[in-house]
Amino acid sequence: MAEQKPVIEVRDLVVGFDDRIVLDHLSLDVRPGEILGVVGGSGRGKSVLLRTIIGLIPQLSGTISVFDVERDIAPEQTWRAIERRWGVLFQQGALFSSLTARENIEFPMRQYLRLSESLTDELATVKLEMVGLSPDDANKYPAELSGGMTKRVGLARALALDPEIVFLDEPTSGLDPIAAGEFDTLIRTLQRTLGITVFMVTHDLDSLRTACDRIAALADGHIVAEGPMSTMLASQHPWVKSYFSSGRGRIIEPVDGNNLRQA
Amino acid sequence: MSAEPLFEIASEGDRLRLVASGAWTTDHADRLEQLVDARAIGGSGTQSAEVDIAGIEKIDTFGTWLLERTVRRLEAAGTTARLTEIPDRYRGMFDKVHAANRQPLPEAQKERGVVARIEQIGEGAVGVGWDLLGLVDTLGAIVLASARALRRPRNFRVTSIVHHLDRVGWQAIGIILLITFLIGCIIAQQGIFNFRKFGAEDYVVNLVGILVVREIGVLIVAIMVAGRSGSSYTAELGSMKMREEIDALRTMGVDPVEVLVLPRIIAMIIALPVLTFLGSIAALFGGEIVSALYGGMSPAIYLSRLKDVITVGDFEVGMIKAPVMALIIGVVACTEGLRVKGSAESLGLQTTASVVKSIFLVIVLDGVFAIFFAAIGM
Repeated sequence: MAEQKPVIEVRDLVVGFDDRIVLDHLSLDVRPGEILGVVGGSGRGKSVLLRTIIGLIPQLSGTISVFDVERDIAPEQTWRAIERRWGVLFQQGALFSSLTARENIEFPMRQYLRLSESLTDELATVKLEMVGLSPDDANKYPAELSGGMTKRVGLARALALDPEIVFLDEPTSGLDPIAAGEFDTLIRTLQRTLGITVFMVTHDLDSLRTACDRIAALADGHIVAEGPMSTMLASQHPWVKSYFSSGRGRIIEPVDGNNLRQA
Repeated sequence: MSAEPLFEIASEGDRLRLVASGAWTTDHADRLEQLVDARAIGGSGTQSAEVDIAGIEKIDTFGTWLLERTVRRLEAAGTTARLTEIPDRYRGMFDKVHAANRQPLPEAQKERGVVARIEQIGEGAVGVGWDLLGLVDTLGAIVLASARALRRPRNFRVTSIVHHLDRVGWQAIGIILLITFLIGCIIAQQGIFNFRKFGAEDYVVNLVGILVVREIGVLIVAIMVAGRSGSSYTAELGSMKMREEIDALRTMGVDPVEVLVLPRIIAMIIALPVLTFLGSIAALFGGEIVSALYGGMSPAIYLSRLKDVITVGDFEVGMIKAPVMALIIGVVACTEGLRVKGSAESLGLQTTASVVKSIFLVIVLDGVFAIFFAAIGM
């Protein structure tokens, strides 16, 4: 798998606001079919990296290529086609509050596909059930959904056009450990069944451990460690060391040795 | 890029064989739907059907669902149908889609018809009652809060009041002067134009003077303030409600009415009479300019006639209304703001309601005042 061409290639990326540099010559590859977890302290630019890759924040210098197309030199049309091949789950879900859950999921389909009304409805229900919601939730408005349900609907909307890459911005933040664990499993299952590539920004060490194939640690504006969990634990970088060995990072092992996770 | 999707019929007697090939992905969405619909109709009436999908190069949940749907449609038509040769890498996705969509879709709640319409009217009427109760409730809370603040004057949020005075009063002066000036001009122009037919052009001063000082000055300013500042009160309080800031205040034992509502309303009660006064002067000035340029009346005559026409009583009638209108606008705006629920839509809804209701109440109140002043002979 390592020989395959990366789906996302970030090279020498510099992003800053006013005179503060957030990302400083950052380079990162996302390989096809993997779940990459990006970790970093609060306000260190994890979300900025995600938003820069999907084009919400302009970079000062450096290049971003997705599916071998470099954004800054690609014609508008080509890039639009690339954008259709990914889905984004925002941190707060970013569901359109005036639309029901079903209408939220159908929104990208109606925008891009010309399908019959009944097929659109059926597809929306399929997506809804894929993310573990019942069809009864379909007619609820975002204000009536719980935090976990909001994220699930957001994920279903991100998956509406069957994207090849899914960007997740802190998918488990604000969820209780059980819901967070379920969400990790869901992402893992969907990634396996649908064969998508997942780029996940997270704080959650459990997510990193259970869901991610590879982890990239972001500190001082660039990637200081990259690889599976074992690489992280072996890293000598002070921030990575303290992050992965902090008390909150350790799995709380129950006495009887069952693999239960506790809050 | 990816191959065109195909869906061929390879019929063998009463056994139907459908062969799917190519790319069954979202990229080919509209063509695929037509293909599948055509084949499903063509396949009905046979004993059994097999959908062979070994030739599919690429498939996503969209294509998977279309195949699943074909099978279900054939089954519904009395044919025993199944998918064959599912490639292993897609097995998981097929299983997931196979399990999905088994329950009938719940109907979206859409009530139409005469009964629903009548029900809406009834709900609207009840809603008006609740609205009025809500206003009285807020008014009561404000009175309580001000009584508490009077007992402990240190709790008066002077900084906050000054801040809101700046926004509601000082920053509004420019636009209020401009609008009232133009209104004064228009009234004078219309007055001169129509009175000229009777040779009674001089009476334009009576028209402008009494109308502006008693009614139009305060009314225009109140409507302007309701649209400009009332809406911003509602939106501010509403977004604070949405971000749980108001709940946070409550948990700290701080009364949101005392901290947020009272300073805003006091600022409005101070600002509106001042703005009314300035606005009336601007309108009278507008009348003077037009009378000079269009009616040929010298400013000195205009002013001396104005002195004869307007009494202190007229001025009082106009000014007494201003603080009451300010109170109404403030109470409506704050009540609507605190009613905002979680969604962005509700914020918009309440802001609209705030402006509409306060302008409506301001005009109704103006009418009530007119009756009252007529009755006491002012």
